[in-house]
Amino acid sequence: MKRVYVNEEWCLGCHLCEIQCAFANSGETDMVKAFNNSEKKPISRITVEDGADDIHFAVSCRHCDTPWCVKGCITGALTVNDNGVVQIDETRCVGCRTCILMCPYGCLTVGHNKTLLKCELCVENAGGEPSCVQRCPNNAIVFEDRDGVL
Amino acid sequence: MKKYKYVIIGNSAAAIGGVQGIRKGDLENEILILTAEPWQTYSRPLISYWLQGKVKREKMYYREPSFFTENNCQVRYAIPVEKINPKEKTINLADGEIIGYKNLLVATGSVPFVPPMIGLPENLNNTTNIFTFTTLEDAIGIREILTPKSKVVILGAGLIGLKAAEAMVSQSQSVIVVDLANRVLPSVLQEKSSDIVKKHLEAQSVSFILETSITEILKKDVLLSDGEKIPYDILILAVGTKPQCDLVREAGGEIGRGIVTDDRQQTSLKKVYAAGDCTQSLDMTSDTQKNLAILPNAFLQGEVAGMNMAGEETYYDQAFPLNSVGFMGLYIFSAGTYEGVVYESESPEEYKKLFIKDNVLKGFIIIGDCMRGGIYTDLIREQTDLSTIDLEMLISSPQIMIFNQNTRKEKLAQSH
Repeated sequence: MKRVYVNEEWCLGCHLCEIQCAFANSGETDMVKAFNNSEKKPISRITVEDGADDIHFAVSCRHCDTPWCVKGCITGALTVNDNGVVQIDETRCVGCRTCILMCPYGCLTVGHNKTLLKCELCVENAGGEPSCVQRCPNNAIVFEDRDGVL
Repeated sequence: MKKYKYVIIGNSAAAIGGVQGIRKGDLENEILILTAEPWQTYSRPLISYWLQGKVKREKMYYREPSFFTENNCQVRYAIPVEKINPKEKTINLADGEIIGYKNLLVATGSVPFVPPMIGLPENLNNTTNIFTFTTLEDAIGIREILTPKSKVVILGAGLIGLKAAEAMVSQSQSVIVVDLANRVLPSVLQEKSSDIVKKHLEAQSVSFILETSITEILKKDVLLSDGEKIPYDILILAVGTKPQCDLVREAGGEIGRGIVTDDRQQTSLKKVYAAGDCTQSLDMTSDTQKNLAILPNAFLQGEVAGMNMAGEETYYDQAFPLNSVGFMGLYIFSAGTYEGVVYESESPEEYKKLFIKDNVLKGFIIIGDCMRGGIYTDLIREQTDLSTIDLEMLISSPQIMIFNQNTRKEKLAQSH
């Protein structure tokens, strides 16, 4: 399946993917409006790590073939859809954070209403390519099928 | 006599894992599920959320209502199984029917452990205000009589007791938790971390009487080991759980701290598998046998059992204690074994303790927002050699940057 992959040599550390992710998931069509809500600032599902020697890279859900988060979810809110996308049903999440405890990559985050948020490859919003991929200015984030590639 | 290729006894997380595991290797043959409970699979840990009013009944199902149809399962509700006959490969149901199996999964879970006390009714079902707290039925019974005037006494300051306390404290007059241990969550936390949780709960009006037990249950009071008498309207007995192994024991299967299985989840009885709270697991962090009554473990074991039942050879050898629990806005992670060199840190936002032995992360405790804590879990699960990672960074916060460049690439630029 097509997944989001990251090339850290190309990442500038601009954090634009975080902004684009938060905006794409905000439900707003106007970016200024989306970020003007001071109480409920849109939350990103992708996180850029910044290290020494100018190393940067973005981390978001790997949509693993062995999704520990899904297997550990106590309510069944986390599922894998027919296309392999790991999704969360907010209405069934109680915010217990077991998925955070299970995820090897640290890819789940907590929303304003305390339920969990995660990358769903923009299947519900932007469509086509995930927003972080579309808007990365240096092609450090790509959307490709690398299954079986070593 | 009807005969099925797959029969599952039980209908909770391990059973569901079993169904999903079987369907990885066999999309055809029907699965028969026998459950003593009257309702479709629900998430057991959600009973406290339901009691608290945070989850609606119709959102408690663990899998979509269509799950069983989609997976060609026949579920028979409220049908206890009385006996397994491993030689004949049959089981006897409570209603007299005999069913044949080719592969059997025992996913009977655990039942509450209730210590002997004077005045304890022989059958809690015959009482109206004394409960254990592990099933939806328990929660329904409590909700029926809980009022803002209720005085609630809970015996047991473990995960079950404290989740019950959280659920009821804002809906009752008082909640008092009694435990023989000298701290809360004694099997999950250590002194310092336990103290943080206790103070947090006390600030939310939960009271504790520790290093004390209930010696006698009276009609309206409980008598404590220190001689004090405290009144109750509702009494919850949440001392712990014990694995339900009777069926396998009586059939001649090996029992330890639960039903003994190999790493394919097969019991000592051929073609009889077991998974979940009823089993004994090898804790990889301490190399000891334990009864790990936790939901993720139940699902994972069930899945491996199911795959092996369907002929897909798979092993489960990565079990260890793992808990994520929240009490009124305070989140707690605990994992593994508390052994080795200790790295402890504390700030107003977070308390953290890591245990490293022989260059491997053995366990951790985090109290705080717990963000990205699973990166630690994975170091335990994979027994990652810590000499290859940035230890200082690891101790400060879980992140992918702790790994060297090659490992980072494996994680972020390859499919998993």
